[in-house]
Amino acid sequence: MTDYLLEVRDLSVTFHTTRGPVDAVRNVSWHLNRGEVLAILGESGSGKSVSAAAIMDLIDMPPGEIKSGEIFFEGENLLTMDQEARREINGKKIAMIFQDPLSHLNPVYTVGWQIEETMVIHGTARRVAQKEMLSLLTKVGIPDPILAAKKYPHQFSGGQRQRVMIAMALALKPDVLIADEPTTALDVTVQAQILKLLQELQRETGMGLVIITHDLGVVAEIADRVVVMNNAEIVESGLVSDVYHNPKHAYTKKLIASAPGNGEMSSGVKSQEPILQLENVSKAYGDFVALRGMSFELMPGEVVAIVGESGSGKSTVARMLLRLEEASGGVVKYRGDDILSMSSSELLSIRRDIQMVFQDPTQSLNPRMSVYQIISEAWIIHAGIIAKSKWKERAGQLLEQVGLKREHLDRYPHQFSGGQKQRIAIARALALEPKIIICDEAVSALDVSIQAQVIALLKGLQKNLGISFIFIAHDLPVVRDFADRVIVMKSGEIVEEGAVQQIFEAPKELYTRNLLNASLDPDPKVQAARRMAAAAVS
Amino acid sequence: MSVSENISTIETPKKGKIKTFFSLLWSDQFAFFAAVFLILVLTSVIFGPMLLDYDAGRQNLRGRNAAPFDFTRGWMWFLGGDQLGRPLLARVLVAAQNTIFVAGGAVMISMTIGSVLGVIAGNSRGRLGQFIPRIADVIMSFPSLLLAVIVLYMLEPSVSNIIIVLAITRIPVYLRTARAEILEIRERMFIQAAIVMGASKFRIIFRHMMPMLLPTLLTVATLDFAFVMLAESSLSFLGIGIQPPDITWGLMVSQGRPYLTTAWWLSFWPGLAIIFTTLSLNLISNWIRIALDPQQRWRLEIESKKND
Repeated sequence: MTDYLLEVRDLSVTFHTTRGPVDAVRNVSWHLNRGEVLAILGESGSGKSVSAAAIMDLIDMPPGEIKSGEIFFEGENLLTMDQEARREINGKKIAMIFQDPLSHLNPVYTVGWQIEETMVIHGTARRVAQKEMLSLLTKVGIPDPILAAKKYPHQFSGGQRQRVMIAMALALKPDVLIADEPTTALDVTVQAQILKLLQELQRETGMGLVIITHDLGVVAEIADRVVVMNNAEIVESGLVSDVYHNPKHAYTKKLIASAPGNGEMSSGVKSQEPILQLENVSKAYGDFVALRGMSFELMPGEVVAIVGESGSGKSTVARMLLRLEEASGGVVKYRGDDILSMSSSELLSIRRDIQMVFQDPTQSLNPRMSVYQIISEAWIIHAGIIAKSKWKERAGQLLEQVGLKREHLDRYPHQFSGGQKQRIAIARALALEPKIIICDEAVSALDVSIQAQVIALLKGLQKNLGISFIFIAHDLPVVRDFADRVIVMKSGEIVEEGAVQQIFEAPKELYTRNLLNASLDPDPKVQAARRMAAAAVS
Repeated sequence: MSVSENISTIETPKKGKIKTFFSLLWSDQFAFFAAVFLILVLTSVIFGPMLLDYDAGRQNLRGRNAAPFDFTRGWMWFLGGDQLGRPLLARVLVAAQNTIFVAGGAVMISMTIGSVLGVIAGNSRGRLGQFIPRIADVIMSFPSLLLAVIVLYMLEPSVSNIIIVLAITRIPVYLRTARAEILEIRERMFIQAAIVMGASKFRIIFRHMMPMLLPTLLTVATLDFAFVMLAESSLSFLGIGIQPPDITWGLMVSQGRPYLTTAWWLSFWPGLAIIFTTLSLNLISNWIRIALDPQQRWRLEIESKKND
């Protein structure tokens, strides 16, 4: 018997679906030492969460089945234990936090009570638990813990909720903490804070930490060792810097290469007559001002990126441009005409020229329509673009243009993966031969390698068809490879605006610099250097 | 288990539309037999009164409360006789017409009016959206049976009046369901995508919202079908529903009630007809819901592949 804290050996899990058995993981083995941070890196569907679910006994059986393998915790095989003994370990010795803290906190109890409850369940007196709870909230950096303990989950921001979840997981002083995509739903600056907190707590308590993530940056920032998964199997494992600098497996190489933020930066487009002009556009919901007087210009064939954290008003801009919401004030000129004051019949012709690609393709494609119906709907609405006899032909062309196949026309959206769905959404936008495409977080829901492909596709469209883009994102590195100009927003205002090179190489504003520093570089050396620099400043 | 792998496994069957329809129906065999039963019911709705009206009304006092499964009187008496000596089999078949007319008519009318109002209410953000749900509240604030009693007491209790009264009392169900669903669908991303594309209100409602809404409404309607049938029988029981000598299944059940201890079959057969009809409608609506949903249809397609 080895003396690893936690060891997964030859684990194979299969899910029995109506379409036959699907392997979720095949012969997966990894281990975790005391006081170590292990990252499990993989894209969606790679099986990266399955072994953690097996450890926590979260796999529904059936349809799941553990085909083979053993999981040792402090030398004991978890899989052969009875339920009672396993519950003793779950939560107490091995704790877990999840991606979306809101859905894992009970909305009708105060957070203080919920943290106490975890301790009370495992036999601590309520009064002791209360004291402990307050010190935990202090430890995870919640300001004014006595007041905060009396609040309900919805009264906290996303980052604070994740802190509460961490406090809850730490309540019983676990030996192992498993974090499943703990920062994916958070803004970059908040992500950096949470990772820092996890790191501090891990060092302080000496627990083992397993981070499951799809983000190379997170791995570089926090992990000692990394396990790379693809297609239900481990393709590579080792020390983080070794894996990053000398990847052996082709998949790892591809993954590292597709990390955003390494390509050529654009040198901008020639300034000419702007195709779209925003002047002092504002939006208020009652007393809350979402957008205060925004102005910018978009040139033909130019990519303007709007970057900001959640609540900065970046999506509001797009929604008002397209008249999905009415603006409170300002002018949006498209080739000299004001979109905001157009009648609905005038608007119809503008709709042809300005198209949008939404964040989540699963939701933006009507699940009851076939791909052909989705694409050809544009031609039904705007009669006269092409003759009906050529629809099928043209729809096929469009699919090929976005990298799909002609045969896919008769299929329905649910039969495609996330990246493919986003391609369909792009094909739909292209059907109208628009002049401007607005992408609202169009790649943030996609895996890194797919993200790179979709960006490459968009870049090609810009170059070949001369389409202008307004590219809205919360993540700076994604923008770096694609944008000509970048606008940084915060609380409804433009903080900084400039050519992409200027923003990335010589940011003027502190906020932009913070945003740049908070976004994680996939290179562990760069991350380490940044940490050192940050420590030197403070 | 990436989705792209799964694509190749589900090939859309290249059959004719009618053939696909039948293979999808056959693959859910409960639904298949439900469809067969409903066709039987429909046949007796159309032909029952035409062929059997005389037999159903003729009294044979020696056959009062005659026991079922007795072959000596001929096949017409197979299910027994009622309290006036009329053959039950004939009566059940003849009663199908009025029953289905009343229940089907009431459900159809209330579903149409209710869902039209609900869709309008769900789509208008202005005063109309506030006002229409209040109509439903007003209707719902009256006990539905009491409303029916009052109206039918003043008007003549004919088939058409009963249909209208029952329809009015059931409108809120559809109105509220439709409105709630529309309020949710309205915020979906693909509706916004359609707006961005320039789709008209009309197109958005009929092309994008209705396909999502219809299966729900159909399911509610089949459940409601049973309710309306029973409501009609309660009205008949109170003496203000269908008047004898016209018959419905509900009326037959209530007429047989005094004899339950001595001749159970008087209420049993029409009751069984009600149960089977509503059960079949439920099974069929469940099948329709799956067959119309591209994300669910593979369940049926896989079954039909097994059967091939």
